[in-house]
Amino acid sequence: MTVRIGGGQGFYGDGIGPVADVLDAGVDYLVCEALAELTLAILQKDRQRDESLGYTRDLPLYLRAALPFVLDGRTKVITNAGGINPIAAGRAAVAAAKAAGATGLRIATVVGDDVRPLAGAVALPDDVLFANAYLGARPIVDALARGADIVITGRVADASLFVAPLVHEFGWSWDDWDRLAAGVAVGHLLECSGQVAGGNYSGAWWENPNPFRVAFPIAECEADGSAVITKPAPAGGMVTFDTVREQLLYEVHDPRRYLNPDVVADFTSLAVDDQGGDRVRVSGARGEPAPESYKGLVCTPAGWAGEARIAYSWPDAEAKARAAVAFLRHQSDAQGVPVEEWWEEYFGAGAYWGARDDGAEPPEVIARLAWRTADPESAARVSRGVGVLGLSGPPTITGTGRGRDGKPTQLLAVEPFFVDKAAVDAQVRVDVEEV
Amino acid sequence: MARIVLRDLCGARSGDKGDISDLSLFADDQAAYEAIRAEVTAERVKAHFGPLVHGEVERYEAPNVLALKFVMHGALGGGAPRSLRSDNLGKTHGAALLRMEIDVPDEVAAGARRRVRPPADPWRET
Repeated sequence: MTVRIGGGQGFYGDGIGPVADVLDAGVDYLVCEALAELTLAILQKDRQRDESLGYTRDLPLYLRAALPFVLDGRTKVITNAGGINPIAAGRAAVAAAKAAGATGLRIATVVGDDVRPLAGAVALPDDVLFANAYLGARPIVDALARGADIVITGRVADASLFVAPLVHEFGWSWDDWDRLAAGVAVGHLLECSGQVAGGNYSGAWWENPNPFRVAFPIAECEADGSAVITKPAPAGGMVTFDTVREQLLYEVHDPRRYLNPDVVADFTSLAVDDQGGDRVRVSGARGEPAPESYKGLVCTPAGWAGEARIAYSWPDAEAKARAAVAFLRHQSDAQGVPVEEWWEEYFGAGAYWGARDDGAEPPEVIARLAWRTADPESAARVSRGVGVLGLSGPPTITGTGRGRDGKPTQLLAVEPFFVDKAAVDAQVRVDVEEV
Repeated sequence: MARIVLRDLCGARSGDKGDISDLSLFADDQAAYEAIRAEVTAERVKAHFGPLVHGEVERYEAPNVLALKFVMHGALGGGAPRSLRSDNLGKTHGAALLRMEIDVPDEVAAGARRRVRPPADPWRET
């Protein structure tokens, strides 16, 4: 028996088009991994605004794509889209299923990763915003055993979302460390969607076939733990030794001891065999007993940030940009604004690392100054100082484009015209008021 | 021996966990792997990143995929949700490491396969 698992999502906000290709290709499970560390912080801000939020709100999009296959009994869906509010996500899933006219569907919700009720077992700061443990595959396996068609979880470890269906289908035992490690390898390779199929490939990325529709991946998994990583044939991108190994080591720290709630996986034991035709076989994974503890992530407030971007053109663009930043910092210091941290970047002149290696003068430089303060008012005071640079700073200051939040902005047209002087003069009036 | 930019010899990918930047170098063959294993030490990587990395750098080896892994502590300005940096996820750190220059045997330099560059405007339909 071969179990086919599709990677349906790699983060909150990922593409939806490639999911259709994965579903059309036929998968027993579609697994949507929606949570990064940063995502939980974003969801926290949502929940602060509205108690009914805190899950990834693109969940219904993915469910709408998958529901026809789920209702046919061809595919089950597993996702950690519940974020820090899996109950609300479960409700959203039920609503999406009802809207699609579904009946007889079993939707499971896994809760319990929130450790705030466990004050005795874990020391949490008083100002905790969220504190979640990374759960393993077991509760998902329970849900599948109870006939769930869709499983919504909160903070379950990324790879465990994929380990669960393999344990469920193959009946692997919870101390079969090598097989569990094999499941973690499959999960890790699939959990970042397109990133194993040519996305973010650091080699000849420009040679991706059909780069406009890079595939989401599929794993064909066997009971012995081996698997072939592949992709839907009609989709673009590529699955090669190179794309697979780049994903294999992504964010794992010690590759000999990749810590997961279900097992400690040794990725250096894995044989990675490129069979050609977008098929890479991974086998031979070794594992060691799972850690005694769950890893958790706790979030507390950490102050406020403000930032400014100021662009200058040639000549001497970098010198002007640096001068403008010095101006802002001097102004803030002179006003006694309590800034706890400054961070300067110069786009076009080595904002991320290093400098131009040819020593040539850049045609433009964008300064980015960011600052951290204890309170939002102080952060805003620094921002208010930026405007004066428009007319009183270095020359050739210019823009970096409209809103950075991606929202549409209304455009306005202005045209010159001429009008009879007498007609306008007749309505001109001077009012003087004494107070 | 020949001096070579890692860009010509290796692939790289990087990501984050908290305030840790986690990056990998991928060699194309055994000889290139041995060359980077000898040259790209944790100490050199820490020096390469200078003030961007406040903590220690650990190195791990994954010979099955001809890769070196570097785990850089204190490297993201406090971690993604509180960092003031544009690259709060360390996505560019792998590429930044590819700018390091190392000395390698002549035959390794001659076999460096990643000198090919993209066309100027690759995905424009004509």
